[in-house]
Amino acid sequence: MINFQYSRATDLAEAVRLIAADPTAKFIAGGTNLIDLMKEEVEHPTRLIDISRLPLKNIEETAEGGLRIGALVPNSDLAYHPLIEQRYPMVASAILAGASAQLRNMASTGGNLLQRTRCCYFYDTATPCNKREPGSGCSAIAGLNRGHAILGTSDACIATHPSDMCVALAALDAKVHVTGPAGARAIAMVDFHRLPGDTPQRDTNLEPNEIVTAVELPARGFAANWTYLKIRDRLSYAFALVSIAAALELEGDTINEARLALGGVAHKPWRDPSVEAALRGQSAGRSTFTSAADLLLRDAKGFEYNAFKIGLARRAIVRALMQAAAGTPQSQPNKKIR
Amino acid sequence: MTQTRTAPRPTIPAPEKIPIRLTVNGVEMQLKLAPWTTLLDALRDHLDLTGTKKGCDHGQCGACTVLVDGRRINSCLTLAVTKDGATVTTIEGLATDGALHTLQQAFIDHDAFQCGYCTSGQICSAAGLIAEGKAKSADEIRELMSGNICRCGAYPNIVAAIQQAMGQS
Repeated sequence: MINFQYSRATDLAEAVRLIAADPTAKFIAGGTNLIDLMKEEVEHPTRLIDISRLPLKNIEETAEGGLRIGALVPNSDLAYHPLIEQRYPMVASAILAGASAQLRNMASTGGNLLQRTRCCYFYDTATPCNKREPGSGCSAIAGLNRGHAILGTSDACIATHPSDMCVALAALDAKVHVTGPAGARAIAMVDFHRLPGDTPQRDTNLEPNEIVTAVELPARGFAANWTYLKIRDRLSYAFALVSIAAALELEGDTINEARLALGGVAHKPWRDPSVEAALRGQSAGRSTFTSAADLLLRDAKGFEYNAFKIGLARRAIVRALMQAAAGTPQSQPNKKIR
Repeated sequence: MTQTRTAPRPTIPAPEKIPIRLTVNGVEMQLKLAPWTTLLDALRDHLDLTGTKKGCDHGQCGACTVLVDGRRINSCLTLAVTKDGATVTTIEGLATDGALHTLQQAFIDHDAFQCGYCTSGQICSAAGLIAEGKAKSADEIRELMSGNICRCGAYPNIVAAIQQAMGQS
């Protein structure tokens, strides 16, 4: 692997001080993505600041009735936490749809937010990639783009955001708490990740010397009518071609509130407020959901190998909303989609 | 298209080796390691515990699975220095007083391997799975063992072996 120096931060203030002192340093927590990228020489920090021992491992109830999840809570602990299972089953399901048991034991909540795209050209240092080397070009636009984005793409980048957990967090209006040299602030999950535009090297709106400290879930967990439906090339341990986080609040058949976020289709978890507004007040059912899918995908654009994702997403949205309305969320161990 | 694009890298001095302490299979070990040494390489190259296998070295195959503080992880994606003070159990640490671990015996009973390269990782992963207590059905075992690839395709027998061991634990 590459040569680098190693420091261990003992508290949050020291972590922020260390990162601000070294512009080519990076934080390491679970390391599941960063170590891999360093082995591939895609990332080459000159110093790793180990934050894995910072006291950010608690899950606490907030005064507003939500939950505050420390940035270093491992993905598996979060998925199996009783309050997450009871109140936010969509978050638990989305986490368990991703990675493997070993990786979920290692990966942190904050690191999950900051994982990088699995675009093969981003990983392949022999090819141009605007995300890896700004200005070098995008190899995916006219390349092997079967897994790539269909929404919110730019001429500079068509990579997708890889996380499952983040799709559920976006649907639930989570907030990301960060701190840095300028102090602490909160960023809405829907604004945390960026579209590629002409700066695809920036995945998120986290500033260079900021650190994620917590993710906050609001009180509303949609624990009655929800699903996380993930479609992929093999039954487990694969990134999404399309994934759908869907949640409904129903009064009889009438939709009082709807949440819909997509993974595997864009550079960020894709949420469209106009679609959710259109669902409100409607009667839950196939025709309503088909109209919603058509509205969400109105500007979808396919490339040579991924145009199939538009039809796949359309059907997956309808299926997910049907699952949510029926109160029969997709099982992650049982792969049959009903 | 074949042009290699890599930004110029800053040259940094070779770092000092870092002293760490690991309890491996019940024995306390003192090591001095470069920061980039993975736990997998520390086990294999510094402690001669070669039962843990290097497959993909990218966290995709599970051959390197070991238990750290009782939890299964990919040792290839773990820097050893970040685990200073931890307790590590490898395939060499599962048998007690010469008696095979129930999972080791179950893998033999069910012929749950062919070439055997993935087996150390499969067994350590299954030990983690049983400790987690989340898998009850065969579907759940398959799902929660999906981080361990067997290119020989011994999966049905691996699931049967784990079910046998679960019944005994």
